[in-house]
Amino acid sequence: MNDLLRRYGKGLTWTFIGLTFFWLIILVVLPDFKLLESSFRPYLPVKEIGGPKDVYTFNNYLQIFGNEVDFNFFGLHFPLAARVKVFVLTIFYSGVVTLITFILAYPLSFYLAKVVSPKSLPTLFLLLFVPLWVSEVLRSFAWYIILTLKGPLNVFLMTIGVISEEIRWIDGYSPVVVTLVYAYVLFMLFPLYNAMQSLDSNQIEAADDLGAPWWRTHWRVILPHCKPGIASGAVMVFMLSAGSLLVPAIINSTTGNWFTQTIQGIMLEGQDWNAGAAFAFMLLLFCTIAVSVAMRVFRVSLSDIAK
Amino acid sequence: MQFNRKFLGHLYMVLFLVYLLVPLAVMSGAAFNASKLPTVIPWKGFTDQWFIALYNDNRIWIAVRNTIVVALAVVVIAVPVGTAGAILVNSISGRVRAILYGMMVAPILVPGVVIGISTLLFWHQFSVGSGLHLSVLGQVSYIASFVMLLVLARLQSFDQGLEEAALDLGASHGQVMRRILLPHLYPALGAGAAISFFQSIENFNVTLFTRGGADTLTVYVFSKVRSGITPTINALALLLILVTLVLAVIYEVNRRRKARIEAAREAEGRRAEDAELVAS
Repeated sequence: MNDLLRRYGKGLTWTFIGLTFFWLIILVVLPDFKLLESSFRPYLPVKEIGGPKDVYTFNNYLQIFGNEVDFNFFGLHFPLAARVKVFVLTIFYSGVVTLITFILAYPLSFYLAKVVSPKSLPTLFLLLFVPLWVSEVLRSFAWYIILTLKGPLNVFLMTIGVISEEIRWIDGYSPVVVTLVYAYVLFMLFPLYNAMQSLDSNQIEAADDLGAPWWRTHWRVILPHCKPGIASGAVMVFMLSAGSLLVPAIINSTTGNWFTQTIQGIMLEGQDWNAGAAFAFMLLLFCTIAVSVAMRVFRVSLSDIAK
Repeated sequence: MQFNRKFLGHLYMVLFLVYLLVPLAVMSGAAFNASKLPTVIPWKGFTDQWFIALYNDNRIWIAVRNTIVVALAVVVIAVPVGTAGAILVNSISGRVRAILYGMMVAPILVPGVVIGISTLLFWHQFSVGSGLHLSVLGQVSYIASFVMLLVLARLQSFDQGLEEAALDLGASHGQVMRRILLPHLYPALGAGAAISFFQSIENFNVTLFTRGGADTLTVYVFSKVRSGITPTINALALLLILVTLVLAVIYEVNRRRKARIEAAREAEGRRAEDAELVAS
């Protein structure tokens, strides 16, 4: 602090502090407090706001219960509230998306970091970046076109004779998962590549020379070294997937609802902002817990993830 | 064995690129299909009608303008805010730094839906209605984090001795900032501005909840896909992809030219060295 004053003088130091205050307090902290506060308020007509009925209650949070439906979890049937079910499935399938992106990205990042000649790297990265620069809304739309009932995928599969009649791809959660994987796989690739690139190739060679089969080299040498990259990629992909509204809404599988769509329905169609706040806060709380758990499990800090 | 593994690697790379690019090709192809639905099969003949329809669609151009205005506003606010945050974090240490840093990074991980709703509710209590100005504020809250990370990384390579020297030689604080610190940060500020701009154009979640009645491009495309889709969207998609490709090609050509010049210079240096050796 004194250091700052000495270097930049009073005016500039206070400008820095003022701008940071504006960002962190006005744009981040206070709105989140307001979100929390609103989430306990009842949904009232305008003239009753501030009246005797305007008291704090848990009702908004309790709205997640009720309307029980059958929940089939790998053959296990039990009744569960519809919105809880959507919440649980959103988290579960976000995990599935994270796992698939990791499986897809791991071999590629190894290839980019250790196999391919460094000369062609910039060109390859450019080719990988182009789809990333294309808007997410368009990339989801592309998959919507591919997966529709009369779409290219069905026609292609029928032409080569793999299937005899059209398959309804846009059903349940699988089209959402497919599109999310496509949209976010590069967010797994780049941190993984960064981590893998910093591994000394001699270590791999040493493992080879000492007679380790290739899979053990990966398991014992490369994977442990990549842990921060895995953590960073996994947290990014998981958060993006769980928080995605665009992808599930465009794919619009009626039997594959995402929790963000529930929030959107309450906010924009139901116009119940306070209940929307409660649901948004639940999502925020869950995300915070998920990130902290991931940081514990992988033993990484926030600055590792931010890289 | 070695050959095999290398071959598998190349094959996987090619397949991965095909996987990334085919959906975009399918979408672009549909822009030329005379079919009323956006698809490539069945092919009903080549047409340019969707491009004409796109050109005549006023709402889309308003949305494009809104998007650019919002993105520029985000750049103008997020870059100074993120830079100030980075300088502040860089000059303190200990527990306060960890907390401050955590607060600055966390918005990246907060779901856009949460940012959108909390921004809307917060400003609503001061009777600030929804609209694109709120979208700007909501977007800045997490885009400034990217700027902060870029500037902070750049500050690591900054020699603070330069500032000391300037101060000792009688420079004012403003001069130190303007002539020494900022020039060092220019690359990071440029990258920060570019990232802010593109992040803002991409944004959907925050904008959807705060926009009021106004459209941005992503929101407009989204509402189009949800209501009546015509291949106009595909025509727009193709144009956007082409813009991206042109930018990418320019970047690549530029990079190769630089690499060539660099290589030529190195070769010349080696020749000169050899000549010297021979002469001695």
